[in-house]
Amino acid sequence: MSGKEAGCAVFIDRQLAGPYGDFERLYMHGPFQDGIPQQGDQSPLTPRQRYRIGLAALNDHCRNELGAPFADLSEEQRDRVLSQLEADEIKLDDIDTPLFFEAILQNTMEGFFADPIYGGNRDMASWRMLGFPGARYDYRDYIERHNEDLGLEPVSIAGRSDWNTQG
Amino acid sequence: MVVGLGWAGAIIANGLVDAGLSVVGVERGPWRDTAKDFNIASVTDELRYSQRQELMLRTAQNTITMRNNPSQTALPMRKWGSFHPGNGTGGAGNHWAGITFRFQPEEFHLRSHLEERYGADSIPDELSLQDWGTDWNEMEPHYDAFEKIAGTSGRAANLISGRQAGGNPFEGVRANDYPTPPLKQPYSPTLFADTAREMGYKPFPVPSSLVSQTYTNPLGVTMGPCTFCGFCTNYGCANYSKASAITTVLPALIRKDNFEARTHCEVLRVTTDSDGRRATGIVYVDSAGRQWEQPAEIVVVAAFTFENVRLMLMSGIGEAYDPATRRGTTGRNYAYQTANSVQLFFDDKNFNPFIGAGAVGMGIDEFNNDNFDHSGLGFFGGGSTRVTPIGAAPIQARPTPPGTPRWGSQWKRATVDNYASTMSIGCEASNYSSPNNYLSLDPTYRDRLGRPLLRITFDFTDNDLKMAQYVTGKVVEIAKRMNPRQMIPSPRTGPWDGRPYQSSHVVGGFIMGVDPSTSSVNKYLQVWDVPNLFVVGASAFPQNPGYNPTGTVGALAFKAADAITKHYLRNPGEMIST
Repeated sequence: MSGKEAGCAVFIDRQLAGPYGDFERLYMHGPFQDGIPQQGDQSPLTPRQRYRIGLAALNDHCRNELGAPFADLSEEQRDRVLSQLEADEIKLDDIDTPLFFEAILQNTMEGFFADPIYGGNRDMASWRMLGFPGARYDYRDYIERHNEDLGLEPVSIAGRSDWNTQG
Repeated sequence: MVVGLGWAGAIIANGLVDAGLSVVGVERGPWRDTAKDFNIASVTDELRYSQRQELMLRTAQNTITMRNNPSQTALPMRKWGSFHPGNGTGGAGNHWAGITFRFQPEEFHLRSHLEERYGADSIPDELSLQDWGTDWNEMEPHYDAFEKIAGTSGRAANLISGRQAGGNPFEGVRANDYPTPPLKQPYSPTLFADTAREMGYKPFPVPSSLVSQTYTNPLGVTMGPCTFCGFCTNYGCANYSKASAITTVLPALIRKDNFEARTHCEVLRVTTDSDGRRATGIVYVDSAGRQWEQPAEIVVVAAFTFENVRLMLMSGIGEAYDPATRRGTTGRNYAYQTANSVQLFFDDKNFNPFIGAGAVGMGIDEFNNDNFDHSGLGFFGGGSTRVTPIGAAPIQARPTPPGTPRWGSQWKRATVDNYASTMSIGCEASNYSSPNNYLSLDPTYRDRLGRPLLRITFDFTDNDLKMAQYVTGKVVEIAKRMNPRQMIPSPRTGPWDGRPYQSSHVVGGFIMGVDPSTSSVNKYLQVWDVPNLFVVGASAFPQNPGYNPTGTVGALAFKAADAITKHYLRNPGEMIST
């Protein structure tokens, strides 16, 4: 299952609409200035602004270089653009390109692996893939069963679809 | 008046209330309760608690600025990285791991100990190690009191009544065994311990304030056994298994008539009389933005290390430390922890890494502190070597070998292949204070109330970087013998980087000692020259050994409460002189 099929885009949309989207909980006072790498993210832009500016700049780049917006490129072309973004080989306008790429990668992984209640990880697909049993709360009967596959079905905070089967 | 209702503040407030004093506790964050805040149906949420840092102090409320040295301009930590300060009742003690070591007897007179063992001029100028002004015999009963409050699980090796196998042989002599027996162990710590034992080391269960069985503490508060759910460090506990002020002290304290808690109230400063020799109370802002002055006979400041030091700097208590002249005490000897690890990738193992807890695991102490001969090594200190699987919720726990792409089909394959078959051995090592590492007020950046942020100037010393290489090399020897397909040693290297999480063990800045020119508080945590002001917490550590700090924070809180009730109240307004 791809990230998109797992609901990562829905997840990111919802995150950007909530308190994460405007960094409501973070220290966002200036002066904003570039520091040394170990001082971390010093951008004045919120995630919502990063996506708006970054996606527009990415589409501009794709139109200029490849003749179509990102979503209309072939899968190979999209992968190549992403690899170039990751390697800092594309310089997008008006946005710190490596920071933008890192935000997309991080938020996609969050959507893919977070509890499905947030809109991604549809059907707990990533948890099944890894063998992560999810939101369970008691392994006392399992902790001393060493080096064996426990065969535990994953559970979400919202339960499991088969729990709701009638009759 | 007690500022901060985490571990230290709750313990002291309870001690003073029981001595008949009327105590007001002021806490900048919310009141937290297990049932409402850490409900079992919603607490297993990695996005909310670990990624979005739900329980941590919001940097919008207060953060720090950081730089590696004075030639740089400090910038604000806008998102917590290197450490995770807490907020609300219970403080960082809600989302801690639960590892509960006692410091060793030598630590309390570290400078004297090293000079005696290795020579009077053996300590390099880049280190400002100091004695604490107290000793093991004074500390031991307070460690014992804290472990009984927390229900700490473990196995003693070195009891007054004699030695026993299976515990940590390097522990100082103890009056009592741990209140609850050791936790059961998952596979990775067991494999580590078996290998370490074959190599002649003495592995022991990591002392853990996650209780192993139902336990009722001396305040009558009952805890339930840890279920190894794997949502522990960075999370609150839904099972009443992880000891914190909200699971062990506050349920009893809040029912006592002469205690009052004021939450969402942030202290601006400690007020003093005109000559600064007596604290008169505090000024705080409530959740509606109203400012209040609360007079007090005794002021106890027991917030997190950073806020303890910032409040003292903002209140003009003590002389601010100046690294150029090495004069001044407020902000002096800030230290951290030197975190090292070795990651092991296997083909034939299934660790079920989702089974875990912040403080379940096995450790060895042969390479910690001064447990080995440092002659000719060119450094002092060492680390606690251990395997503590904290759980493996997969937004963060997705180990892949170096060189693996970070997305795409190869990434996916490697993530699946390595999820269950990877483990790591940590070596949480000492961080020895240096004249160059200190805390001060930032000249530029201000909090939401217009007050300066605390500025950290810190980098790892040559001593600690050499030590990191050495101890990680020792861990590699054990890892090799475990025969992994691949292993990745990660000794800590400089410069200090504020981005990746390392540990919340920030210490010093308002340290204990015997000399007012090089320390801020005496051995009773009483501020020199301001006898009715006590500042309690890891801010009092003169340096940081290779252990987690909470056991010692708890012990110091009991020590301060004991000193106030048994000594200070007999001669109020005087420095305690026994």
